[in-house]
Amino acid sequence: MTVFTPPRPVRRAAYRPSIELVPEILAGNVAAIARMITRAEAGYPEAAPALAEIYRHTGKAHVVGITGVPGAGKSTLVSCLIRAFASEERKVGVVAVDPSSPFSGGAILGDRVRMSEAASSSHAFVRSMATRGHLGGLARSTLQAVDVLDAAGYSPIIIETVGVGQDEVEVVTAAHSIVVLSAPGLGDDIQAIKAGILEIADIHAVSKSDKPEAAATVSALRGMMTLGSERTGSKWTPPVLPVSAVSGERIGELKDAISRHWSHLRESGELAERQRGICRTRILGAAKHLFQRKFDERADEIGEHIQAVVNRDMDPSGAAYLLLGWANEVRAT
Amino acid sequence: MNEASIKQASGDAAERNAMTGTIRVLVAKLGLDGHDRGAKVVARILRDAGMEVVYTGLYKSPDEVVAAAVQEDVDVIGVSLLSGSHVPLFRELGRCLREEKADHIFVVAGGVIPEQDYAALWDSGVDAIVPQEARAELIVTTIRNLIAARGRV
Repeated sequence: MTVFTPPRPVRRAAYRPSIELVPEILAGNVAAIARMITRAEAGYPEAAPALAEIYRHTGKAHVVGITGVPGAGKSTLVSCLIRAFASEERKVGVVAVDPSSPFSGGAILGDRVRMSEAASSSHAFVRSMATRGHLGGLARSTLQAVDVLDAAGYSPIIIETVGVGQDEVEVVTAAHSIVVLSAPGLGDDIQAIKAGILEIADIHAVSKSDKPEAAATVSALRGMMTLGSERTGSKWTPPVLPVSAVSGERIGELKDAISRHWSHLRESGELAERQRGICRTRILGAAKHLFQRKFDERADEIGEHIQAVVNRDMDPSGAAYLLLGWANEVRAT
Repeated sequence: MNEASIKQASGDAAERNAMTGTIRVLVAKLGLDGHDRGAKVVARILRDAGMEVVYTGLYKSPDEVVAAAVQEDVDVIGVSLLSGSHVPLFRELGRCLREEKADHIFVVAGGVIPEQDYAALWDSGVDAIVPQEARAELIVTTIRNLIAARGRV
């Protein structure tokens, strides 16, 4: 059976230059914001000067990362937080990341299912983003999307990571405040003293606190906190907050803790340090991406190096130094 | 799942994307219609064809769907309707799209739609109707062809 199409020509649409979108983005135009995020994701060279211009208008927003295992309740919690912040007349931006298929490159982005009511608030902008092969819990252009929302006056901007395992902690060098969401009933207290994702929390939230198992998860996390924090030199002690989207329990407290952490960062001077960390990671990430692209584009030149390594004329690390143009530098072991 | 097949698949995706960009589709259920098995099957077909599918869940109003489609900057809104109220719902969807100046977004209708209603749907701005019996790859090529004809926005 066929697909039916109407008796009229297909609509056409014009490509608007990215630089024309910039004033509209700064004025908060939703369609312009959305289009620029698409172009950042696609990596169009045409959009690069516009993104550079947008970057000059950023640095005002509080960027909050929310991470946790798949099914912990991240999207539901984000939905509650949108409502809580929007009730203070704040414009809330959300970038919700879901994984791309390693086979087809396609993705099903389902975070909006849990956010529909909150996302249709005029105070919220919610964007779903696929990882497009990027590992670590975010997509390559997540922070460019955050830039666009920042320049458009959104704050806070919430980054919801993919459902992570124990080690995908990239969000720590992307956001100012990290909320780690733990689900009850997923392990004993030894899980709570392992290294990795639990260590990066500025705020611990335990979801589904309406369930009886939540109390044990809360006490395991609180027990972990009494053993001391890895982020030494900070006067901030990560709170452990049980929350429930069903009953709305303590969502307000979580919102206040997020705001309090932002005040703490600014007053203690820790914000400058975090911002340097974020910028450092972004520069390195951009450099890695550029190198990868050059590597893929210049197949011939690289083919020679590959053959030299296959022939044992050169070792892999030596070839890398050559490709980077660092042939004269002293090589690390 | 070996590395070669992953590379092959992502290579194909890259080639396709050079023509149309990564195609983004919003799959929605409009109005009082709780049956989303078909919508999920279509979402999966589009995903496997390399598209990014934003799924919005059940019981959406046309203005909610259009607001989501603008924020997500999708190329296509795919709506599955089994409730019989397709004529007024697509009319309203088309009106909301024009109001938001988002008529670069294509509307593809699926589900149970009797042929005598097709003309009303074309008038509402629907760009393709996919009957229940349509073959999966036809949905994919229809969407690709629409976007290739429209060009990048």
